[in-house]
Amino acid sequence: MAKLPSRREETLGGFIVHNIPFPISTEPAALAMLKQMTPLSIEQEYKITYLHSYGQDSPWFAALTNKHLIASQDPESGYTYAFPRGHDMASGAETQWIDITDRPAQVHAFTVCHFGSEEFLPETPFVLALIEFDGVNTLLLTRLMDIDPYQASLDWIGMRVQPQFMRNSKLKPTDVYFVPA
Amino acid sequence: MRPVYAISGGVSKFAKARPDKTFQAIVKEAYDYAIQDIGLEFATFTHLVDGSVASYFSDHFSRQLMAGIMAQDYLGLCPKPGHRVEGGGATGGICFQEAWKSVASGLMDICVAYGFETMSHVETWKGNEFIALASDVSFDYPVGGFYSGYYAMMVTRHMKEFGTTVEQMAAVSVKNHLNAYHNPYAQKRNRYTIADVRNAPMVAWPLTRLDICVMSDGAASTILVSEEGLRKLEAAGAHIARPLVRVTGVGRGTDAMRMADRPHVDYDDFMANYATEQERSSDDTRAYYRRLWDHGTRYPGVHSFRAGRTAGNLAYKQAGVNDPLHQLDFVELHDAYTSSEIQTYEDMGLCRYGEGGPFAASGKAFMPGIDYGLELKDAPECAVNPSGGLIACGHPVGATGLMQAVFAIWQLQGSIGKHFGDGALQVKDAHRGAIHSHAGTGTYVTVTVLENEVSHG
Repeated sequence: MAKLPSRREETLGGFIVHNIPFPISTEPAALAMLKQMTPLSIEQEYKITYLHSYGQDSPWFAALTNKHLIASQDPESGYTYAFPRGHDMASGAETQWIDITDRPAQVHAFTVCHFGSEEFLPETPFVLALIEFDGVNTLLLTRLMDIDPYQASLDWIGMRVQPQFMRNSKLKPTDVYFVPA
Repeated sequence: MRPVYAISGGVSKFAKARPDKTFQAIVKEAYDYAIQDIGLEFATFTHLVDGSVASYFSDHFSRQLMAGIMAQDYLGLCPKPGHRVEGGGATGGICFQEAWKSVASGLMDICVAYGFETMSHVETWKGNEFIALASDVSFDYPVGGFYSGYYAMMVTRHMKEFGTTVEQMAAVSVKNHLNAYHNPYAQKRNRYTIADVRNAPMVAWPLTRLDICVMSDGAASTILVSEEGLRKLEAAGAHIARPLVRVTGVGRGTDAMRMADRPHVDYDDFMANYATEQERSSDDTRAYYRRLWDHGTRYPGVHSFRAGRTAGNLAYKQAGVNDPLHQLDFVELHDAYTSSEIQTYEDMGLCRYGEGGPFAASGKAFMPGIDYGLELKDAPECAVNPSGGLIACGHPVGATGLMQAVFAIWQLQGSIGKHFGDGALQVKDAHRGAIHSHAGTGTYVTVTVLENEVSHG
């Protein structure tokens, strides 16, 4: 049977305090003693709801909800970005959309996150991967599913994968994820 | 550009949490130290300094916008000119370079750079979330935004492409933690083994907790002057250490915010636009890179930082450095991860791309005279992170690049023993060093070369 951890988990939250000890007299010696006190800490909450526009990248998210993965391509050079990009880095020209849903794809790099940012901690362990597609010049960051996160191996790099789409779209890049092909 | 001298610096003790003071008062610790070290009274320096540059990364950590002016105000620098700079993890390095610019341009004779971060005001995993907001919030963050995850992806590619091993990465952790054992400013001063590093909790495969720097509260400050500024301070009674330390090379590079968008350029493009002069002029190295490309390597991909290479090349050109491993006596670089120290060896030309792993474990980047408990096949050549780096000192973001500058100034003044109370980390006869500050997944990178006047003859 596993031992209990040596320390209890630290959490915020506590009692509401209405009075803090302070010298009854403010004579110089008592005020000088204030320099010897430990600091007070309070909790401050900060919540915001943003109305975040995807702007010119919006069709990329719309495509995911319709089970398509689209990419941005420079019309002249054919240079193709897996993530949407309104204008090409080299020519400065406006890109066009192309459909790469069925392009052969493979894992370029990956990791298994056993910890994460607070928002994603409940989802650990999860696998992040950068995907390369035939005929596409840049990569796509995504989640990899249907693999054992406790058997991570460099052999996963080069593994053929294919996209899967969430039925209930959240209009987030996680509306698409990848699984072994 | 006029000659610029970095004459003094101060660092607060980096700690997991400093609830005893507000960020302004922590900055003042570092600021006062820098003034006291040149033997001036606070008011005298305040009268003479022309202005400042402030450095902190995230408004989120302190839930305070315009924190820079609050430090400026607390230090008694109002109404002198000042501004805040921000560039992710490279904020401190950018701050140092902006202060250099203020003096080199002739705008100021005496400029003070100060930086801070108080990361303890939120819990660790919320802090990780704030840091991850410095990745694209439309495409990166929602997928599982976590910087350790981003760097772990880079290193799996580095391992696959070049054969880099986790033990080579762990050697960096052992080195930097043990260096910090002799640095009283460091947050973590521990002796670890390769096994300790590998057996630490896995954070993002293959990076364990001991491969990754920690969050920190801290501040750092440096004073930069022109020759006229030097005269003004000395005329006012300042005792400025000799040899003087001069900033001789300033470089900066950038790359796309989304790591996935990095290009994968061909051999000719790499040799024309990214190779160092040393690499271009070597038949052996050109052939080595040709073999890598024939094998499928492309640049920078996600395994290398072209921003770091660009920054290094610019700084080296200005400083006349063409063989960094032998012309730099030490480097303080941005080892947020053991893997990124290895990547940065390559970017800064200390070894060739692909050879960072063996270089890490070779001993070339270790300090002489310290028993690391490792079998190192090569003698030390260029100490990397003799201070302990971010991994052991901590990484209070806005202070970090300035901390590197302060430690570099002390190395070049030969005053590490005086400031650390322990001379073990003094690089013997140090004449030239570099500091390297790095943001995001390699989005902003600064490299600055500093030399003492001994190397100028």
